[in-house]
Amino acid sequence: MRIAHYLNQFFAGVGGEDAAGAGPDLREGAVGPGKRLAALMGDEHPIVATAFCGDDHASGHPEFAAALVEEMREMGAELLIAGPAFTSGRYGLACGRIVSAAAQAGLPALAAMHPDNPGLAEAGGTPVVASGATAREMRPSLERLAAAARKLAAGEELTTEDGRIGLVPRTNRLAKRSAAQRAAALVLERLGGDREATEIPLPSFDQVTPAAPVADPADALVALLTEGGFVPAGNPDRLESARATKWVRHSLEGLDSVQAGEFESVHGGFSTQWANADPNRILPLDVARELEREGAIGGLHSEYFATTGNGTTVADARRFGVEWAAELHQAHIQAVILTAT
Amino acid sequence: MCNLVSIARRVGAPRIVPTRGIPYPTGAPELGPEAERAWRRELLERALHALSTPVTEPTVFDGDPVQ
Repeated sequence: MRIAHYLNQFFAGVGGEDAAGAGPDLREGAVGPGKRLAALMGDEHPIVATAFCGDDHASGHPEFAAALVEEMREMGAELLIAGPAFTSGRYGLACGRIVSAAAQAGLPALAAMHPDNPGLAEAGGTPVVASGATAREMRPSLERLAAAARKLAAGEELTTEDGRIGLVPRTNRLAKRSAAQRAAALVLERLGGDREATEIPLPSFDQVTPAAPVADPADALVALLTEGGFVPAGNPDRLESARATKWVRHSLEGLDSVQAGEFESVHGGFSTQWANADPNRILPLDVARELEREGAIGGLHSEYFATTGNGTTVADARRFGVEWAAELHQAHIQAVILTAT
Repeated sequence: MCNLVSIARRVGAPRIVPTRGIPYPTGAPELGPEAERAWRRELLERALHALSTPVTEPTVFDGDPVQ
């Protein structure tokens, strides 16, 4: 089967964050990690084309996917493989979008990313297999991806045993054992301590009950929060640029805005040049103060909270949220504006 | 306030104000300093409107297109 491989600008060797805005393009043959993938797939399944796109462009222009799929088909692709995207959110989003677009166009497709990648749901029911969390796990991730791709090329279905994650469309098929036998087997697995065993994995949606609105922002105390890796210049608390395990707080007292040279972003997931040139692009203190002076905001909290949302585990992010809510309640904050990169 | 609205929806963010670019949620460097600041103010006004609006599920407050 002739394979097309999708990569982001970084793995395609186009450039780092400076090239994240690059539009979609294609090259003949395998590129970067695609070379290892091609070796794993063997002569039977050659990589005929590598498609790539800058992560920012792919995030902001969902239509990149359908256009690339069309071009891949013109180059004779019979199967699309995307990634592995690890925990990179924008890259995962792009991979999810392109395999979904391919499946819709009738081109079999497969992506690889970490189960925590927010792009997973974009794939819809198109197969995705789990990868490691970072590129340090490139080799085992590619091995699993290649094994799954070979299975898909043979016309077989991928299951959790192949590392499949995300939504799995339900299809009718004849089971080898009766429903009663399967149900009893699952009960026995439960009793044996396996809490996860199921024939029907349910999608996990976060159910968030929205807070009641504030009656009037002019009477409310409002806090500014961000996951943009926003720190005082020099990053005194050593907030991580990726996979954050903590959050930081800093005073905004006496500040009318956040100035270049005094604050910066240490986020490792995008180019921070714009944030560092004007930190109000991440934490909008300048206009928040203006609105406070004019009485449109009752008052701004005396400090901001920040973490880095870049490959951060869901478990850590959940903990930060719980801690932030407790702190803000204690400070009698009634509303929060959180900027997310 | 974010650019990746589909993700914000999926994780259940109750009130979402879409912004222009991932690296600068409350910025729009292409506008030039004055217009950018005016746009940022409009974004925050939109956020204050969102905070005082009852919602029952993830809701996008995109208001009028901003030039």
